[in-house]
Amino acid sequence: MQLSRSARIALRVAAGLGFAVIYVPLLLVLVNSLNPDRSASWPPPRLTLHWWSVAWQNSGARAALWTSVKAGLGATAIALVLGTLIAFAVARHRFFGRGAISFVVVLPIALPGIVTGIALNSAFGTVLEPLGVGLGLFTVIVGHATFCIVVVFNNVVARLRRTSGSYEEAAMDLGADTFRAFVDVTFPLVRSALLAGGLLAFALSFDEIVVTTFTAGPGIETLPIWIFNNMTRPQQAPVVNVVAAVLVLLSAVPIYVAQRLSADTASGSRV
Amino acid sequence: MALLTRTAGALHRRPRLRLALLLTAPLLWLAVLYLGSLAVLFVSAFWTTDSFTSEVVKVWSTDNFHELFTTPVYRQVIVRSVGVALAVTALCVVIAFPVAFYTARVARAKWRPLLVVAILTPLWASYLVKVYAWRLILSEGGLADWMLKPFGLSGPGFGLPAAVLTLTYLWLPYMILPIHTALEQLPANLLDASADLGARTWRTFRSVVLPMVLPSVAAGSIFTFSLSLGDYITVQIVGGKTQLIGNLVYSNIELNLPMAAALGTVPVVVIVLYLLAMRRTGALSSL
Repeated sequence: MQLSRSARIALRVAAGLGFAVIYVPLLLVLVNSLNPDRSASWPPPRLTLHWWSVAWQNSGARAALWTSVKAGLGATAIALVLGTLIAFAVARHRFFGRGAISFVVVLPIALPGIVTGIALNSAFGTVLEPLGVGLGLFTVIVGHATFCIVVVFNNVVARLRRTSGSYEEAAMDLGADTFRAFVDVTFPLVRSALLAGGLLAFALSFDEIVVTTFTAGPGIETLPIWIFNNMTRPQQAPVVNVVAAVLVLLSAVPIYVAQRLSADTASGSRV
Repeated sequence: MALLTRTAGALHRRPRLRLALLLTAPLLWLAVLYLGSLAVLFVSAFWTTDSFTSEVVKVWSTDNFHELFTTPVYRQVIVRSVGVALAVTALCVVIAFPVAFYTARVARAKWRPLLVVAILTPLWASYLVKVYAWRLILSEGGLADWMLKPFGLSGPGFGLPAAVLTLTYLWLPYMILPIHTALEQLPANLLDASADLGARTWRTFRSVVLPMVLPSVAAGSIFTFSLSLGDYITVQIVGGKTQLIGNLVYSNIELNLPMAAALGTVPVVVIVLYLLAMRRTGALSSL
């Protein structure tokens, strides 16, 4: 299809506008963290780093960050184990209900968060409360792990489908037993897929707010919940601005790691 | 060590045992904990609440669903929510198409991987921060007001349009990416053949490009539609007094859980219907 010169220019302009729409809000968050005012009026009268030092000392935000990290690590660990187990079962075995499993794995992320949230909330209420266990960080981790399983599963199952079972068979023919073959052959093959899945799982958990709302006990505040609770308080606005800016900057980390991983994946696929 | 070897041997000889060991823990988690909770929730949609004590009465009745379809407020909110999800999807398609067309077929080949990263990057940024950014933009005296002031206009403020705008922003990358991939994989010789047969650009676009890209648009729309339909946080932050299904579910949880459960089935049913409709276009296989 030969695009005319004017059509190409029009597409360039449209794409430029599109990318501007995508990035201006993120840049605005960064600039606004330097705004000395408590209001969000544009343009800011001058720029200051004052609120960054105030935010650094904000104990609520720090505690929330720590809670989010703990919840993310816990959920990622569970999702890595369960997601990998399902991936091996689905990729290396044939059994009745195999298609249904792939469907059930996706369900927690496909259904609206509020449905998953209240379902888990009332289940925890009926099952855990008689045992004397209330909602807390533990229930947040359980809730997050449930929807994180799918990203680990997707990554590992894709890797297993590309690498046939013949490597393991070869290892076994050469005298390795099941465990030995896993440690020496299978695990190195899926390692980068596990890393990618784990990274995605942590990012999903770190960002989650709806399921958290319904599974967190009193006093458990993850970072998104903290931002949400403080967003409408004018007194807290400058600190929220800084926390938001930090999160925008932090999103560069997974992008960098993902790029490194895909390079690693490319070299790994030559095996 | 001998035990380990024996276990390995036993596992190797019994694939069924291996499978059982692999699946027991995940199935307990997903089937018992998760599907169990969901099932109880949907059953509880058929229970009622004592209006004096707010206690759940476990007697089977379809009152909640009857109320759902006869109360005008509920009907309005359901229609509004589906309308918002469709509007967001339409806006995403309209914005995503030119961007994807540029990144897949106009931009130089060596820039394309970088452009894909540029599309993906906002997906890693926090959901809440992105909504907050739009709260800043749309607030009084914010960026939107400042940009429109020279034209004698002001921004839309907080309300339904703001919610649609913010949701479009949130899910846009999910629409750009599949369209980009489809356009990039479009074989050049089909386009050449169309041109050889005398079709001009617009005709080629309509008769060759569009039908081949449509499954990807449908795939992207699954994300934009279902994510918009279930959302209630965005509406709370930038929607002013606007209520969507999610907000109704949320406001019923404390006092009337069966009603909240009944309301919660609405987005689930609509999403399932949407998925079934999209499956006909072949969207699910291009996910």
